[in-house]
Amino acid sequence: MKPAPFAYFDPRTVADAVALLEEHGMDAKVLAGGQSLVPLLNMRLARPAVLVDINRIDGLDYIRDDGDAIAFGAMTRQRAVERSRLVREKLPLLHEAMTFIAHPQIRNRGTIGGSLAHADPAAELPAIAQVLEAEFVIAGPGGTRTAASKDFFVTYLTSCLEPNEILTEVRFPLLPPSTGWSFIELSRRHGDFALAGVAATLTLSGGSIADARVGLFGVGATALRATEAEVLLRGQRPDAAIFEDAGTSAAAAIDEPLSDIHASAEYRRDLARVLTRRALAESASRAGAAA
Amino acid sequence: MIEQARVDPYAKRRVSMLVNGQPYEGEIEARTTLVDFLRIDCGLTGTHVGCEHGVCGACTVLMDGQAVRSCIMLALQAEGASLTTVEGLATEGELHPIQQAFADCHGLQCGFCTPGFLMSVSELLSSHPDPSDDEIKDALGGNVCRCTGYQQIMDAVRLAAERMRT
Repeated sequence: MKPAPFAYFDPRTVADAVALLEEHGMDAKVLAGGQSLVPLLNMRLARPAVLVDINRIDGLDYIRDDGDAIAFGAMTRQRAVERSRLVREKLPLLHEAMTFIAHPQIRNRGTIGGSLAHADPAAELPAIAQVLEAEFVIAGPGGTRTAASKDFFVTYLTSCLEPNEILTEVRFPLLPPSTGWSFIELSRRHGDFALAGVAATLTLSGGSIADARVGLFGVGATALRATEAEVLLRGQRPDAAIFEDAGTSAAAAIDEPLSDIHASAEYRRDLARVLTRRALAESASRAGAAA
Repeated sequence: MIEQARVDPYAKRRVSMLVNGQPYEGEIEARTTLVDFLRIDCGLTGTHVGCEHGVCGACTVLMDGQAVRSCIMLALQAEGASLTTVEGLATEGELHPIQQAFADCHGLQCGFCTPGFLMSVSELLSSHPDPSDDEIKDALGGNVCRCTGYQQIMDAVRLAAERMRT
């Protein structure tokens, strides 16, 4: 047996799960899809005394059309999100990103809420949440609260969830009309975590850029928005020169890119520049610009 | 007293599931992974343990028809589920068409990864009877083989799909 021993609870309601977390505090970990947590348990990098398995709680597995947003129950499997016709039609950026998450066998178990709460800076879903400005619904002892994506991701593998809180729902707002999007990720092998990746959107109005969003992942402590690049793009004509400038700005916005066996910090920074440029060009072409 | 028993990390819990149509049950510690339950408690050693962190795919089994990694699931999470392992493929001494195609195309050499490949292919062909090469690659991208170089495995999947369609 690989994991260190832990007490195991499989509550049937969110309230019971929260009560268990309240009781055990920092000793407890929430088990959702388990595709990140169980490897950590097997390697004993995580040794929680208590595991609160939320897979048996009914009512956390749904995809709901809210009109201007799509809401996902936190325990919705990634494969269900990937296969959802609603998601493909209304949130094509999210659909595209799902296919980059590991492999089908992992997505069969992995959940949308689990990946977001895990807050891996090289994962796809946090970047999509940042770019679409997702809203997180969080249950705790005092009831529920909501958090914006910019506040949800705190640092490396750390979200704003308190030890006695559970993510129950995430809402992804739809993109406005005349908006193109792009998702580009570079990894050693398909299905691996990103060396660097970019999710971008571009909204056009009368031949110029009305709004732009650039999300970077795999390059810092969290998935982040390149806000200076976004400001630089607004009001400009969508052409190669401005996309090049935006790429340079996005790369400069990264504090300290990760440096590891897979890629140096310099390489990751340069990838952010190149991928931003490419993602903006693809977004513009999807938005119907003659860029 | 009951509460104390519940927080004992070594406490044994009862688990039962269907494996290849047969009921299995056991008393296990919560930390028992599904693959260890299958191999040690059920004696079904066809499912292999490779990397034990969800990367190599050797431990892939079907749970309620879906391919999952049995090394990064707790056995307790399969309570009440219906599993299929590699032992569930062949019937009455006759290889399953996917197994036969792997043999015919030399889709294996040492065989360590093969049970996982077979289960991933099972899931693929159950929903895609005539998969494109891209669909095959997507379905098998999470299974690692160090012997074949994958081309014979691709051939085997195409052949199995063709035989299963007719």
